[in-house]
Amino acid sequence: MAFVLHEPRLMTVKRYCYIDPEAALIDRLLMDQIERGSRVLDLGCGDGRLLCRLRDELECSILGIELDHQQVVASICKGVPVIQGDLDEGLQEIPDGAFDYAVLSQTLQQVLKPKELLQQMLRVARKTLVVVPNFGHWRVRLQLLLTGRAPVTNTLPYDWYNTPNLHLLSMLDFRDLIARMQIRIVREIPIVRGRPVPRAWAANLRADSALFVLEQAAETAPAASIQPPPNG
Amino acid sequence: MASEIADAVAADDVGVGLVQTQSIELFEPPHKLVLDSGETFGPISVAYETYGELSPKKDNAVFVCHALTGDAHVAGKHHPDDKKSGWWDALIGPGRGLDTNRYFVICANVLGGCQGTTGPITTNPATGRPYGMTFPFITVGDMVTVHYELVRALGIERLLSVIGGSLGGMQVLEWAARYPESLCSAICLAAAAKLSAQGIAFNAVGRRAIFADPNFQNGNYYSADGPRKYGEEGPRYGLALARMLAHITYLSEVSIERKFGRRLQHSDQHSYELLKETEFQIESYLHYQGKRFIERFDANSYLYLTRAMDYFDLTARYGSLEQALGRTEARFLVASYKTDWLFPSSQSREIVAALVKARRHVTYLELDSVFGHDSFLIEVDQLAELVIPFLRETYRHATRR
Repeated sequence: MAFVLHEPRLMTVKRYCYIDPEAALIDRLLMDQIERGSRVLDLGCGDGRLLCRLRDELECSILGIELDHQQVVASICKGVPVIQGDLDEGLQEIPDGAFDYAVLSQTLQQVLKPKELLQQMLRVARKTLVVVPNFGHWRVRLQLLLTGRAPVTNTLPYDWYNTPNLHLLSMLDFRDLIARMQIRIVREIPIVRGRPVPRAWAANLRADSALFVLEQAAETAPAASIQPPPNG
Repeated sequence: MASEIADAVAADDVGVGLVQTQSIELFEPPHKLVLDSGETFGPISVAYETYGELSPKKDNAVFVCHALTGDAHVAGKHHPDDKKSGWWDALIGPGRGLDTNRYFVICANVLGGCQGTTGPITTNPATGRPYGMTFPFITVGDMVTVHYELVRALGIERLLSVIGGSLGGMQVLEWAARYPESLCSAICLAAAAKLSAQGIAFNAVGRRAIFADPNFQNGNYYSADGPRKYGEEGPRYGLALARMLAHITYLSEVSIERKFGRRLQHSDQHSYELLKETEFQIESYLHYQGKRFIERFDANSYLYLTRAMDYFDLTARYGSLEQALGRTEARFLVASYKTDWLFPSSQSREIVAALVKARRHVTYLELDSVFGHDSFLIEVDQLAELVIPFLRETYRHATRR
């Protein structure tokens, strides 16, 4: 077999692009976890869509953090309060325990120091809701196996050298980190083919992404005391 | 086609047109103003301008707080042949950031100023002579109290918004702290909850320049009679020097470099003359700024107002910043500029942190601009993009109840 040094990209096997569950579905799922009238901080809030719904439908008091200027303006247009800021620089403006919920959707893999950010979220909020992509999905694995190249996904169609996804993690990886951090996983909802499947079998193989509800483990309770179903 | 439309819009965009400065007498004895220093003072005449119409419900009024050397003339022209419009004209008018088709906009000269509101240059009715250094010590809080009384005298219970940059932004914060129920929103630009040591330092040098001018004469430099003419009496050189120094702090390294670089003013070659004052363009520019300033500003006012700025410290006054700002239901829009080193973003972030701690509705942006502290006066389109939806949403929220 000839060894081709510069094989053109288009000639390769069509890559698997993992399906990003629709934003509306994720919003719905997040809203289901949030109690009426609570205080919610959305990190990387974009145009303030989720916060706007939380305010109007669940009477939450809300605050967003967003880096992009145009997205901040879009939030102002919805009357959503936003602080322009870089999550890589921490949450200095947010005092301890100021919120009931901190939300971070599809962004953890993009920050420089995910562990530090999780710690910050648990500092400022009672509960932390994190949606992470699952790079343990079987098609991602297959793509790597078959093409020998780093997988590219549909919603984040980047090459390795320009992707905002700095950290590639699977659900198992995420659980490992949580176990090491004295954090409790209150709930874990894998999202399979655009649907939340709370007790999915082999979630680490099948889920495109997953929602984790986290809280600081009580001093006496063991870390990660609720064991997620074994799979993957 | 596109340019035709643009031309049509430009032709239509005439701003507020011709306006007049008005005056009102407040704090007439025995209802004198009790100053922060404990002294009482009055009467106080306040110069102000208004644009747009106050709604029947009186719920659409926006108060503009001017910065250190600003005045009540924020928009429009006094005469058709005026070369320049008001100092924030691009922001105010039909269809502009503060849309006068929707809002009733008020701006007034501050207490201690020299552009129509009572200040050191005003004749003391008790003596028939200008107050000069007998003018009482004033604070940012005193300025705000005077403007608050003006707003009440205009029949307005609650402002839709109070907006200002720099010293104007300080007034906005003070307003929210002092009269928490009198505003629905606060827009604070390029400001701080207290003047930094660096800011005090620059003010100190500016004042020293005035004191050191032989014509200062302890502030008693006004001629015995006749109308006051700026630039012809008093410490002209000292005041010009103070302005030159201050003007540097309003710019940024990038903006000076872009606008002037190392270019020479009159020649392509160095003259090798030590006493030539305006060899570089930047020198010439600063001299021009100083010269223009003394034509419109009173040195004593400069002393009083910079001192008021030095004293400004909401934390010291109210115990903590969240206590100062936590009593109002107003929504806050806070913005700083990346190249502003006089009021750096860290100071705005301090305000934001306190507001979050106090669980207030706050939006904060760090805006991109090369113009340093002066950005808020220059980047008006950028500002309008924020102010328009912010005020619209504030109004919607305020009138829903």
